[in-house]
Amino acid sequence: MSARLASRWWLAFLCASVATLGMTFAARADDSRASRVPPLPEYTQECASCHLAFPPGLLPAASWRRVMDNLPRHYGTDASLDPALTRKLSAWLEANAGTGKRAREQPPEDRITRAAWFVREHDEVPATTWTLPAVKSPANCSACHTRAEQGDFSERHIRLPR
Amino acid sequence: MKLSTIVQLTALLAGTALLGPAVQAAAPAELLAGYSAQAGAAASPQRGEQFFNATQGKEWSCATCHGTAPTQAGKHVSTGKPIGALAPSANAQRFSDAAKVEKWFRRNCNDVLGRECSAAEKADVMSWLIGLKP
Repeated sequence: MSARLASRWWLAFLCASVATLGMTFAARADDSRASRVPPLPEYTQECASCHLAFPPGLLPAASWRRVMDNLPRHYGTDASLDPALTRKLSAWLEANAGTGKRAREQPPEDRITRAAWFVREHDEVPATTWTLPAVKSPANCSACHTRAEQGDFSERHIRLPR
Repeated sequence: MKLSTIVQLTALLAGTALLGPAVQAAAPAELLAGYSAQAGAAASPQRGEQFFNATQGKEWSCATCHGTAPTQAGKHVSTGKPIGALAPSANAQRFSDAAKVEKWFRRNCNDVLGRECSAAEKADVMSWLIGLKP
């Protein structure tokens, strides 16, 4: 191999590496951006009465559509809203739904907590932590993610209750 | 302008000024009066308390999430999210917005009873809650 050819190969390798790295960061940025869409006031008002106003980027649009079409039977409770508000929230959720690598999966029962990425991210949490009275449900993000309400799920702001 | 007209107008203006804030503060009582009128009977706080604490064929009672002492905060039974106190004496926002009250009665009665609550049931529960002191 000539020196010239070798340097070309090297350049191609370098470009590929940079591109891969770039895509990785882009995917991460996409995930964290998705968590921080400023919430629609009505979304917080209606949905955060019972649970965290989950960032819309944590589910794909198809999942949000099913969730919003089934509010009268919402994971064991009646969460029905008037039709106009349901339409408004659905449109906003679908417009801001996840599009990154994670959100391509429609998790079982459209539960964020059953998505493969969610399970993987939480595999170090001891089984006993999940059943603590302060936690109760894996949907209770704020039990450990102290800044979840601000859409910040970074490791820096995790405090496991005891 | 006749003197009587002036007196009437003055009384009307004073009345409006006085009533303005009073109407807002009296909202829970007004809503209660509305439900009682719809029910065609006086509300019973005792019945309301019983209703609030009893399960009605399904898994949950009102108290499951709102607590047996609704002058204090409750906690959503499945998500663990804190729920602000339900008694107006402890939480001025409660029963101050008719549409909100109807929305929550519709949803929560469906969760607890599997049907909508009657006007009499709503009046009973509200009369108990309004009478609670912090």
